[in-house]
Amino acid sequence: MTHVTMTVNGKVRRGDVEPRLLLVHFLRENLLLTGAHVGCDTSQCGACTVLVDGRSVKACTVFAVQAEGAEITTIEGLAGKDGTLHPLQEGFWAEHGLQCGYCTPGMIMSAANLLSDNPSPTEQQIREGISGNLCRCTGYQHIVNAIQHAAGKR
Amino acid sequence: MATTPVLPKLVGERVKRREDPRLIQGRGTYVDDLKIVGMQHLAFKRSDVAHGRIRSVDVSAALAMDGVEAVFTGAEIAEMLGPMPIGTPFPSPPHRAVAADVVRYAGEPVAVVVASNRYTARDAADAIVVDIEAFPAVVDLERAMTGQPVVIHADFPNNLAVPFVPSGTGVSPDGTVDDTAINQAFAAAEVVVSQRMINQRLVPNAMEPRGVLAHFEPGKGSMTIWSSTQNPHILRTMIAAMTGLGQDQVRAIAPEVGGGFGAKINIYGEEYVAAVVSKRLGIPVKWVEDRSEAFVATTHGRDILGYIDIAATRDGKVLGLKMRLIADIGAYNMLLTAAIPTLTMLMANGTYDIPAIRTTLTEVFTNKTPTDAYRGAGRPEATYFVERAMDMLARELKMDPAELRRRNFIPKDKFPYATQMGAVYDSGDYEKALDAALQACNWPALVAERDAARKDGRLVGLGLAMYVEVCGLGPSSSLPTGGWEHSQVTIERDGRISATTGASPHGQGNETTFAQMLADQFSIPLEHITILHGDTGVVKQGIGTFGSRSQAVGGTALHLAGGKVKAKMAKFAAALLEAHEDDIVFENGRVGVRGAPASSKAFAEVAGYAYVPVPLPPGLEPGLSDEAFFEPANNTYPFGCHISMLEIDRDTGEPTLLKLVAVDDAGNLINPLIVEGQIHGGLAQGVGQAMIEEAVYNDDGQLLTGSFMDYAMPRATDFPRFEMVSTVTPTPVNPLGAKGVGEAGTLGSTPCIVNAAVDALESFGVKHVDMMLRPEKLWRLIHGPRQGSGQGGRA
Repeated sequence: MTHVTMTVNGKVRRGDVEPRLLLVHFLRENLLLTGAHVGCDTSQCGACTVLVDGRSVKACTVFAVQAEGAEITTIEGLAGKDGTLHPLQEGFWAEHGLQCGYCTPGMIMSAANLLSDNPSPTEQQIREGISGNLCRCTGYQHIVNAIQHAAGKR
Repeated sequence: MATTPVLPKLVGERVKRREDPRLIQGRGTYVDDLKIVGMQHLAFKRSDVAHGRIRSVDVSAALAMDGVEAVFTGAEIAEMLGPMPIGTPFPSPPHRAVAADVVRYAGEPVAVVVASNRYTARDAADAIVVDIEAFPAVVDLERAMTGQPVVIHADFPNNLAVPFVPSGTGVSPDGTVDDTAINQAFAAAEVVVSQRMINQRLVPNAMEPRGVLAHFEPGKGSMTIWSSTQNPHILRTMIAAMTGLGQDQVRAIAPEVGGGFGAKINIYGEEYVAAVVSKRLGIPVKWVEDRSEAFVATTHGRDILGYIDIAATRDGKVLGLKMRLIADIGAYNMLLTAAIPTLTMLMANGTYDIPAIRTTLTEVFTNKTPTDAYRGAGRPEATYFVERAMDMLARELKMDPAELRRRNFIPKDKFPYATQMGAVYDSGDYEKALDAALQACNWPALVAERDAARKDGRLVGLGLAMYVEVCGLGPSSSLPTGGWEHSQVTIERDGRISATTGASPHGQGNETTFAQMLADQFSIPLEHITILHGDTGVVKQGIGTFGSRSQAVGGTALHLAGGKVKAKMAKFAAALLEAHEDDIVFENGRVGVRGAPASSKAFAEVAGYAYVPVPLPPGLEPGLSDEAFFEPANNTYPFGCHISMLEIDRDTGEPTLLKLVAVDDAGNLINPLIVEGQIHGGLAQGVGQAMIEEAVYNDDGQLLTGSFMDYAMPRATDFPRFEMVSTVTPTPVNPLGAKGVGEAGTLGSTPCIVNAAVDALESFGVKHVDMMLRPEKLWRLIHGPRQGSGQGGRA
């Protein structure tokens, strides 16, 4: 077992973990933050995306021990402390950017990274920006609309 | 004077979904998010080979591992669990949840581990040593029909699961066949076009893999089973039957379900195994599928080969259609497997008034993952075959593809229309949909754009396809589960409403659309209504969500239950207001007497009176709760027209979808925002099938496209912005006039894209290309004649 310490959604979290434990399982099983989902085992689908030190990362491709000392934001930590939704959450709701909701947390976290890099992306830049995240329900059009909404374009 | 704010009518409005606040904050609860004290994890050991006899399964190393509670081989599971039932009347070979003797597809379970956590369970499964004597694998379906290289199930010679079923003109219900009409149609034809077409195998790939948590409580003798399923009531029925419990002793719960697309209708071996292992050990056990596992362990879709012949006059009147269908159903029959291709036969008319049609169906076992429903389930295949055939005919006749279709449509004044295939189309106006699509895309301008591009040497094509599908299943004669849906509406003492629906959603937004309907029916705020679903302990009866039925059938049951409660509430209000019940009106959260608004009572006050009825009006029981079962007399038949523009890169063969215009007619719409989302999703899956998706096996029966690295799932960059138009032709089959929309997008998009690809390759004499549109295949068609040119191979 290896001891890890990281800050998750603003709170310091510790755990003793097997070195092979994936970050996504540490978040889900140890911290009970089940918003990051596991949709594949080849780092293709992006359902597990979280922010590590402000950058979007597929939490299934990182061991918990690699996140030692990191600042992590999950979907549960995206809204304001007073419950105010993040503009992306507002956008996904307003534009019907989700159906089954399984890809949604990862999709929103990837979009958060996209908008922090480029606050005013074109539609093509949005489509490329989320091309590491798979959605089987929406055909992506309402997701694109949702991100445009968050970027103040709708 | 105080005024009550007027409540807006919500049916027909783009209401934001009530499901979303939890889902956008990561607070949804899917099966994998559930934990119960004492819960153990399952992992399945699966066969690496596609066909062979199990010589031995050595579990000793697995059992010796720390944290391993138990290991069960196929033989041990067989002592607890009988062969799995199917839901169709076709003969079926025995199918064990865990193979004990012969394995028939790569990925078939051979043992199951119970361990304290998922990592240990996986380690232990890996430590099981299975020795299998490999047999030859049967992979190609037409070869399989010859019984070569081997027969998979001893009682099914030549691997024929369903040897031969004829349908259509001249085929009577008792199976006798008269070929006169179909032969005359072809004899009278001036033009006959024939083509072999493959509707390839696909992997449904809901983003949430399957999962199940079974909790047998020995003290109570009852079972609760959570599963990522489209139909918890069917799950309950089957789990009860297979565990020996009564249906009253099994509670099935579909929590948040992360997509299904037909692949979560089937009740799977893993669900039965979880149930019997939990019962045996007296502990809760959970299994969650890995994606690699899902690729082989969850049912696939499509995989039908069609030999299509279409006969017509020179001026474009279709006289006859022949469709010889051969379905590759994989290694076993699952719940609805054998019935899916029969829907292809049923829909062979398409939108056309064709005097003579003959279809035949053969279903074949191969050493592959079994097939079952996948979004559209049999209807996209029919649409593809018919619309490709119509397009080939138009090309042969040098006729505008829209004009050819127009000349053959079932006229709008002929509905209800009994087809050659035994369907009765409820309502339709196909010309209206076609015209709307031609107008929405500005067809003449698109043609000019295509022609201008071609002058520049670009390979650009236009494609058009009509579709009609069978939805809203259905009368009970069309579904072995029963073809109804159930709802109970309860007005609580505080005037809020709880309503249940048996149409258990997995992304369709029923919590929103159904609440919209009740809000209007009772004229109370949406926020005062809760829609309950997905739990057989809460929802008394139900069938489930598939076949685009939840609105047309489930929504109608809700509407009828609401009507019953409303009538009773009117009686209480009449007593309270000293008026006649016929004069009671529900307006803006109040219940009053028509023409006398000043005397009205708050909705909650009347509700409260019904629960403390002093005095109790004569002839009334206290309380406000009632239920309805709704079984439609017929299916619904939504329709539409899809148009696409596609470009193929001359140098690389890579196709790019430039434009996709969809006109869909689903009857009356409750929430157009949700309807758009449903259609978008269907379009994406239809485009995926046409352009990039294909499950490919090698000759040994190994799935080569067994992960997201190898199977092309559509990404955001694969699509242009979809352009959508609705026409509205209500159905007379239910009082809502709603037809269903969940699958529509997959029907027209697929053939319209292949039609566009063939159009783009017109100058090379290409008449047909099989899906998917692999760049290499297209490049060979452009740069041939070389090996592989012409019809395009599968892999």
